[in-house]
Amino acid sequence: MKQTNAQGLKTAKGIHIRRSVFAYPYVVWMAVFIVAPMLLILYYAFTSDGGFTLENIVQAASWDNLRVLADSVRFAVYTTLLCLLLGFPVAYLLSQMKKTTAALLSVFFIVPMWMNFLLRTYAWKVLLGAFTNMLYTESAVLLGMVYNFLPFMILPIYTTLIKLDKSYLEAAADLGANPTKTFLKVVLPLSMPGIISGITMVFIPSTTTFAISQLLGGGKTMLYGDLIYMKFITEQSWNTGSALSIILLVFVLVSMTFMKKAERKTSDEGGGRLW
Amino acid sequence: MKTWKKIVCLALALALSLSLFACGGGSGKVTLNVLNWGDYIDPELLRQFEDETGISIKYTTMTSNEEMLVKLASADNIYDVCFPSDYLIEKLVSEDLLYPINKANIPNLSNIDPRFLDLSFDPGNTYSVPYMWGTVGILYNTTKVTDPVDSWNILWDEKYAGQILMYDSMRDTIGITLKKLGYDINTRNEADILAAQEALIAQKPLVRAYLTDDIKMELINGSAAMGVVYSGDAVYCISENPYLAYVVPKEGSNVWFDNIIIPKTSNHTAEAEQFINFLCDAKVAAQNSDYIGFSTPNAAALALMDPSYAEDPTYNPPQDVLDRCQIFQDLGDFVKIFSDAWTKVKAA
Repeated sequence: MKQTNAQGLKTAKGIHIRRSVFAYPYVVWMAVFIVAPMLLILYYAFTSDGGFTLENIVQAASWDNLRVLADSVRFAVYTTLLCLLLGFPVAYLLSQMKKTTAALLSVFFIVPMWMNFLLRTYAWKVLLGAFTNMLYTESAVLLGMVYNFLPFMILPIYTTLIKLDKSYLEAAADLGANPTKTFLKVVLPLSMPGIISGITMVFIPSTTTFAISQLLGGGKTMLYGDLIYMKFITEQSWNTGSALSIILLVFVLVSMTFMKKAERKTSDEGGGRLW
Repeated sequence: MKTWKKIVCLALALALSLSLFACGGGSGKVTLNVLNWGDYIDPELLRQFEDETGISIKYTTMTSNEEMLVKLASADNIYDVCFPSDYLIEKLVSEDLLYPINKANIPNLSNIDPRFLDLSFDPGNTYSVPYMWGTVGILYNTTKVTDPVDSWNILWDEKYAGQILMYDSMRDTIGITLKKLGYDINTRNEADILAAQEALIAQKPLVRAYLTDDIKMELINGSAAMGVVYSGDAVYCISENPYLAYVVPKEGSNVWFDNIIIPKTSNHTAEAEQFINFLCDAKVAAQNSDYIGFSTPNAAALALMDPSYAEDPTYNPPQDVLDRCQIFQDLGDFVKIFSDAWTKVKAA
C-alpha cells in the first residue's frame, strides 16, 4: 500500500483496487438473500403450473384473508401505541440522566435483546401460565409483542433526545415558557424524527409477526404471518403463500412511504435526520 | 503476480483435497439421517445402534406429517429413514418418493403382528414397516370433569369453557369433528366439511388453546380439564398424573399407524434397512414402546413387556373400540377443501 486517494488504494505491484470493491460482499449478499428470494416469491405469486396467472392474488385477497390482515394491523397499532406510551418516558428520563447512569440503565433493555426472541417468548409462556390466567389470550399476545418490540421504540427516541441542544430549553424558559409548554412546544416537536423512526421500527415488524401469536395465543389468535406460515408449511401451497406475501409487502411499502414522508416533514423542521 | 498465482494454486489444491477428504469419509463411516416426530424414540437405542454397527445417526424431529412431506419432497432431501403416518405413505407412494424395502434384509419383520401388515395404505408392505399405532381420543381430568365422558360432544359443553384443549392439526381436529357429526372421516363431500367448520368455529370460544405436544404438560399439571390426544401420549400422561383418564368416544375416531420408510433419494438403503431391522427386534421394540408409551405392533415385543400394557385399554384398545375407528386416507386434491376450512377455523 503506497498511496491512497479518494477513489481507492494502490497496492505495491500497482494493482488498483477501487473503494467500491469493498461493497461487493454486501452486494452479493443482497443478491443471494434478498433479491433472489423476492424474485422467487414474485414468480410463485404470479404463476401456476408454469403459466402466468393472477388467480393466486385474487385467491389470496379473499375477504377472510384480508380480515386476518386487518387483525394483524390492529395488533400492530396497539403494539406501537403501547410501545410509544411506555418508551417515550423511558427515553426521556434516560436522556436527562448523566451519560454513565443512562448507559448503565440502558443495559437493562439492551441485554435481553442479545437473547433470541423465541427463548424470551417461551419464558413469558411459562411465567404467564404459572402466575396469571392470561396465557392463550389476545392480551398475552399483545404483551409478548410489546415486550419484544419496546427496545426498538426506546433507542431511536433516546438517540434524538440526547442530541437535543439544551440551549433550546434554556431559551424557552427565558422566554417565559413553563416546563409543560417547553415539553409540548420544544422537546416533542424536536424528537419527532426519533418517534417516527421508532413507530416505523415497531409497526412494520409487528404487522409481520408470527410465532409470538402462536406461542402466547395458543393458536387462537391468527396473525397474517401465521397465515403465510400455514400456507407454506401445512398446505404446501407456495403459490397462495407467495401471493399473500406480496400483498403484505405492498402494504408494508405503502405504510413505509407514509412514514418516510412524515419523517421528512419533521426533519425539515429541524432536529435532524436519523437514517 | 507470481505470489497471486501461488496463492490461487494453493487455495485450489486445498479445496480439492478437502473435497476428496469429504468423499473419502463416506466409505469409512456411514451417517444415517433420521427424521422422526418429537419424543418418539428412546434415545438410548440410537446410541446402542451406533455402538453395535459403527453407523452414526443424525437425528432430526418434526411436528406434523405435512412438515415431513415438505422435507421429503424437497429437491435436496437428505433423509435415509423417516416415520410417516398411514395417509402420508399413500401420498408418498403416489408421488413415487419411496424406496421399495428389501425384506430379506429385515428378518425381524416376522415379529410384527400380522394384523398390522398388508394394510390399505401400503398393500404387501412394499415400502413401509409398522412402527407404532394408536387411536385419537379425549384425555380428561377426573377431578374436574364429573359428567360421564363417552362422546365428542363434551368438547362442546359450555360448562367446560376455557378448559378444553384441541389438537393443532388439521386432519385430526376436522376428523374428530366429522365423527361427532356422524360423517365419514375421509369424506369427499364439501357440505360435511362445511358443517365441521361451523361446529369448530362455534366451539372456538370454549377452547383454551390449540396445541400439539404442549397438551401433555397442560393436562398433567391440571391447567385444563380435557384435551384431544393420541393414545400413546395418554399412556404417558396417565403414568404422570393418575387422575387422568382416556376415552375413545362412542361416535368413533381415527386409528392410525406410523411406519418406517426409506426415501428413494437415500444413498444408504442397506444401512437404513439395518436400522429398521434393529428397531423391529423384540427387545429393542419393547424397550422403545415402554419408554415412549406408544403401542407397538411388534407381537414378540409385547410378549416381553409387562402384562399390564396388554391389559390397558388405552395402550391396547379392544376390538370393539377399533371397530368404530377409521384409518385416514390421502385426500388427494380434496385436501384443499380441508385446509380452507381449517384456515377459517383458525382465523375465526
